[in-house]
Amino acid sequence: MREPAAALRHEFIGLYGMVERNWYLIKRYAWWEIAFFFWTAANTLTIVFIAKGVVAEGGTVNLDRLTTILLIGAVIWSYLGIVFELLIETVAWERWEGTIEYTFMAPLTRAVHLLGTGIFAIGYGIVRATIVFAAIAAFFGLHMPNADFVAALVLISVASISFVGIGMMTAVLPLISPEKGTQFGYVAQGLMLVVSGVYYPVSVLPEFMQWIAKISPATYALRGERSAILDGAGVGAVWGDIWPMLIIGVVSVPLGIWVFRRGELHAKKHGKLKRSG
Amino acid sequence: MFAVEVNNLRKEFSRRDATRTRMRKRRRRVAALEGVTFTIERGECVAILGQNGSGKSTLVRLLSTLLLPDGGNARIFGHDVVKESRAVQRLVNRVSVEASFFKKMSSEENLAYAARFYGIPPSATRTAIPEILQSVGFPVGRRHEGMEHLSRGMQQKVALARALLTSPVLLLLDEPTTGLDPRSKLEVQDFIREVWTSHDATILLCTHDLREAEVLADRVGILDRGRLIALDPAEVLKEQYDVETLEEAFFAATGRTFEEEEDGDLERGVFA
Repeated sequence: MREPAAALRHEFIGLYGMVERNWYLIKRYAWWEIAFFFWTAANTLTIVFIAKGVVAEGGTVNLDRLTTILLIGAVIWSYLGIVFELLIETVAWERWEGTIEYTFMAPLTRAVHLLGTGIFAIGYGIVRATIVFAAIAAFFGLHMPNADFVAALVLISVASISFVGIGMMTAVLPLISPEKGTQFGYVAQGLMLVVSGVYYPVSVLPEFMQWIAKISPATYALRGERSAILDGAGVGAVWGDIWPMLIIGVVSVPLGIWVFRRGELHAKKHGKLKRSG
Repeated sequence: MFAVEVNNLRKEFSRRDATRTRMRKRRRRVAALEGVTFTIERGECVAILGQNGSGKSTLVRLLSTLLLPDGGNARIFGHDVVKESRAVQRLVNRVSVEASFFKKMSSEENLAYAARFYGIPPSATRTAIPEILQSVGFPVGRRHEGMEHLSRGMQQKVALARALLTSPVLLLLDEPTTGLDPRSKLEVQDFIREVWTSHDATILLCTHDLREAEVLADRVGILDRGRLIALDPAEVLKEQYDVETLEEAFFAATGRTFEEEEDGDLERGVFA
């Protein structure tokens, strides 16, 4: 086999290895996964009940519409949480188990290593988000007769590229700060969603936050998902939300890999790969 | 071409002092390796002896591309460990004192994960994993059990299997038998000997077990406070220092007993 083809095959096997390992871990921690699923569902419920609370307080709103708006926000939040968590665990979990040195001394490009985790995170995150969405929608008896779920799936898939890119940047944090790096990943997730109109239109934000919202992929994901599910907008109709996410994705993935690589070099320079506490 | 060629290799780490100057804590440089130079021939087994904090693990990490040196250079089969790290990574594997694994995953799953990074597909590991586990004396029937249910000795055998699965031409062993019971220790040592003779591997064994070094290695190096102060066959070392045992040779070379540790050793031991 010619050398470039052999090298490419090697990288694909490595990519498969990352997906395979994450699948093993999900299986081995299946009960914990179920527990976390119920936590996500409960968390989503607390937010979606706000719609009923508004009505109970005398507000006049379209209950089904507001409930769906909040549900989409909560599900995107939990989806982003899964993607970021799995990517941050690229370093954090391996450091805790002590396997990180074996992974980092293996002949695999960091891009493939991170993309392997990203691909698994997207697949697993979409499955979990879909189940939560369906369960909560059924719980509230929501009807979405106009929803275009194909467009919704396309939107979340495109958004995932940039989510993974940004997640790669946060994955480097436990390399720089073993103690607090993981938690700071959640801070990044929260900051991204607060400017993106997670439970409200971006237009209610102060002007400077609206400017920041323009570079957040979650802004376009949330707006597009609401158009597709509430108004039945097809892929063509939400193209205005898809292309900014594609651009952000094209920039954020290489940038994420570059940032991670810089963090790795910093850790190798200062002996931070080994530290476990 | 040498299997390992190390020239004037240096590594320092910075440490924060407890004392403050104005608003900031002072930082100090602690030398882990100071101008280490040596070569290893292909097929040779070299043991590096040293106390905790002597720089043994720093040396292994530099050779396995896990640390970047502050000076000097190291080449593995002609490849620079910094500039050609990918080529080095293909040739090297390592067994360290901690048998680190995903504890909930089974030995088979852990080995499969490690193998994929070296481009070994599932079709190959399906047969290779049971075979290699059997060869290290691991009960193959237990390969589906979580690592957390295995003894320390068993886990270290799986660590050896993980290293060998990727067919390394240079095996870096960083205290592979530390903490094992005497029987497991002998089994692992027998296996190292077997690998050395049957796999055409070059071995760098870092240890503080003097007997292990003497029994397994062609040459024994003494690493003290980051400096390699001797590297010769055990018999030559004993003759050179005019002593009966390797322990006495160590004492003569370093001016202190093997068990004796100083503050500086402990400080370097944080990293090394």
